Amino acid sequence: MMRYLAGRLLRALLTIFLVVTFAFFVLRLSGDPALLIMSVDAPPESVEAFRISWGLDRPVWVQYLRYIVHALTGDLGNSMRDGRPALQLVLERVPATLAITIPAFLLKIAIGVPAGIYAALHRNSLADRMTMLFSVAGFTMPSFVLALLLVLVFSVQLGWLPSSGSEGMANAILPIVTLGAAGAAILARFTRSAMLEVLGQPYIRAASAKGLTWRRVVTEHALPNAAIPTTTIIGFMVGTLIAGAVVVESVFAWPGIGRLLVISVANRDLAVVQTILLFVAATMVTANIIVDLVYGWIDPRMRTSPR
Amino acid sequence: MSTAVTGANPIQRARRARFLEAWPLLTLVALAWIALMLVIAIGADWLAPYHFSALDLRARLLPPVGFGGTWRHALGTDELGRDVLSRLIVSIRLSLLIAFFGTLIAATLGTAMGFVAAHFRGKTEWLILMMIDFQASVPFLIVALAVLAFFGNSLVLFVVLMGLNSWERYARIARGLTISANEQGYASAIRQLGASSLRVYGIHVLPNIASTLIVSMTITFPETILLESGLSFLGLGVQPPLSSLGNMVGYGREYLTRASWILLFPSAVIILTTLSISIIGDWLRDRLDPTLR
Amino acid sequence: MTALLEAEGLARHYQVRKGSRLFSRPATLRAVDGVSFTLQPGRTLGLVGESGCGKTTTAKLVLGLLPLSAGEIRLQGETLPKAGSTRWRELRRTMQMVYQDPLAALDRRIAVGRQVMEPLAIHTIGTPAERRDKALAILESVGLQAHHFARYPHELSGGQRQRIVLARALILSPRLLVCDEPISALDVSIQAQVVNLLLALQAKMGLAYLFISHDLRMVRQVSHEVAVMYLGRIVEQGDPDRLFAAPAHPYTRALVSAIPVATRKGRQRLILKGDPPNPIDVPSGCAFHERCPIAVARCRAETPLLRPMADGRHVACHLAA
Repeated sequence: MMRYLAGRLLRALLTIFLVVTFAFFVLRLSGDPALLIMSVDAPPESVEAFRISWGLDRPVWVQYLRYIVHALTGDLGNSMRDGRPALQLVLERVPATLAITIPAFLLKIAIGVPAGIYAALHRNSLADRMTMLFSVAGFTMPSFVLALLLVLVFSVQLGWLPSSGSEGMANAILPIVTLGAAGAAILARFTRSAMLEVLGQPYIRAASAKGLTWRRVVTEHALPNAAIPTTTIIGFMVGTLIAGAVVVESVFAWPGIGRLLVISVANRDLAVVQTILLFVAATMVTANIIVDLVYGWIDPRMRTSPR
Repeated sequence: MSTAVTGANPIQRARRARFLEAWPLLTLVALAWIALMLVIAIGADWLAPYHFSALDLRARLLPPVGFGGTWRHALGTDELGRDVLSRLIVSIRLSLLIAFFGTLIAATLGTAMGFVAAHFRGKTEWLILMMIDFQASVPFLIVALAVLAFFGNSLVLFVVLMGLNSWERYARIARGLTISANEQGYASAIRQLGASSLRVYGIHVLPNIASTLIVSMTITFPETILLESGLSFLGLGVQPPLSSLGNMVGYGREYLTRASWILLFPSAVIILTTLSISIIGDWLRDRLDPTLR
Repeated sequence: MTALLEAEGLARHYQVRKGSRLFSRPATLRAVDGVSFTLQPGRTLGLVGESGCGKTTTAKLVLGLLPLSAGEIRLQGETLPKAGSTRWRELRRTMQMVYQDPLAALDRRIAVGRQVMEPLAIHTIGTPAERRDKALAILESVGLQAHHFARYPHELSGGQRQRIVLARALILSPRLLVCDEPISALDVSIQAQVVNLLLALQAKMGLAYLFISHDLRMVRQVSHEVAVMYLGRIVEQGDPDRLFAAPAHPYTRALVSAIPVATRKGRQRLILKGDPPNPIDVPSGCAFHERCPIAVARCRAETPLLRPMADGRHVACHLAA
């Protein structure tokens, strides 16, 4: 198990390293940041000074090595816009992002999983059909459309909730609902099919044939087995929390990482974009490792034979 | 009595029932919607009543017909007096084109990569699998944002980027199916007859896995529409003066309180189109490839 | 007269890792290890043995579908070129293969008639019309009718599919047909029909067969010569009637005694102990000694070579005389 874990961690670090390298080279290949940042009519000597002060006059591989060495010491460069450390800028935004993504995540699980299980157990009932309809709508509707529709109804028409900003709890409700609804829809559909798959297995028939009550068949045999694939998709959702927040934070002017990313992209602020990319990759990779560990815990097959 | 009223004899009814079983009503509606979208996309230049960027400053923020508007601007106008219907038609064309080429690039590139991995195995395969893993380890929206920011934005780059979104899905499918065909099936038999790789993959393997690939395209296409409209909504995708559905929603957001129709029509088109393709995809999957369910 | 096919010391080894993942060490799996035989035009060599003894690997080596680890294959005196090369492709017109599972060997999306014509298209022989005529003629000679031309594989029976595979192989007029368990996937009632067809085609077209099977009675019926394989080596080879009537190698004896017969009288079944050893851990000396009822000390130490007997057959056993 320890060996397996060590190998897994090594692969995770390699992935993160690759992401950093990819980001660095793609972004450097794209053009001279000095010309992108400075205005077109800036005098050549100030462009040159900018280059020297940011180390852009060195060969690319020197810049790369410097970036890696600095990154290892926790220095991910400074924002080219306001000169503050990129890592600090990003970390400042973390609480705001977590404030909406964690409740949204819990909302997804609290609605999606029970809805999926209920739909599977009452297959072809009205409730099942409604769940499926809701879930198809959930992933064919872009999150910005859902966000704007919610604003239209609850802010513009009813006036119950603020449409944007971050002054208080009320501001967080619409972003949370927007993020949660789409995820819940996907999760419901996935849980339903995982459940249906398990319910069709011979051991379920065997369990009910030996006289167990349906309730016990479901709780002791069906649910634990359906939990295995469902855990994968939940873990995947943890990894995409930040990506999902990009659009929603922008719509609601919520000061999180996603909005910072959009602003930095628009401003072409290299260091900040790189830092966020690294941050997102680290989140995904960590989530994947946790999923693997949880797997070992809920799936006995994994305990004896690590992949 | 009732048969006389509906004018249907039992044979006709049975025929109708059989037809509806093969072509469910929902699928027919979805197909009709997609057909309409295609007609609009192809005939955009003739169908649009005005030029999509023609200003009419005397007719600004006019509501659509039924909400106090007139047939002159059936879906109303925006802040600059541009006809929403005309902009919608042009946007549908651009969004569909981007999604179409994006899907095509993803399918072609991915399938080719899958074939290459399955054909050479060894180090080449390992490299391609590594790229697939890498693609899966970072959400594509984030990568797309970064690339767009620093490479600047041109329509060609944007379409290529949309194509890179889901190539790995096709690569995985093509690789898996090709390996199994190569190992025990018809592909090795054809190769044994002396056929070239081009013939084995082009005439035999590709048609055999085509249905799976086509079903995958019905998943990629709506995904691409959503990605494109999301990026365009954020102002980082299609750039003005061009207009896509996402752009329209992004622009209409400013007028949410005063002129919600500007964003409601393109939003509805996005939802109905992605929904229709998903429905058609489910139906195709049931018909073509029951193993995928 | 040169032999149609000469195989000399064929070997196919795989490098594998054995043991737990932490302490794995490389080992050699000898799937085929020093197999030699010759096949004259119009004759049949039967290759028998348990599953996993290297029969199918030998077939693939003969066709050039797997690279040789050692040895040489000559087709009409010419060394078989590397798989995929131009000359190798041309040689497909001389040697063809018939598969165990005809449904898997056919492309199920293409009408069988087109698949029968495909070898002609691959080797650019004839015009489309000529190809069609030739395919129809071949279909007839394997006992199918013109109306089968437009059918799809799943619409045909198992025996009909095997006839299609046969027709596809024969349309190039090959001289050698490698048949890898050609009847084992078919219903018993169909097996005899296909075997009779193979015999009739041999008489008519002068085909040579390398006939691989674990069905000893079928092999005896079709073969002019039989080779028995055990763990990648030939242990006994010779005339089928003599070999089956009086097996010289104890392994052959065990195989022959397992053939079901109508009368059990005066006949003892020889049951072998255990499974064939793992081909990575082939025992020293004679590979068979651990399961052999008559093994002596010499069998553990010294590997027996294939040597000629008085009646013309070859046996690899120290105790055979």
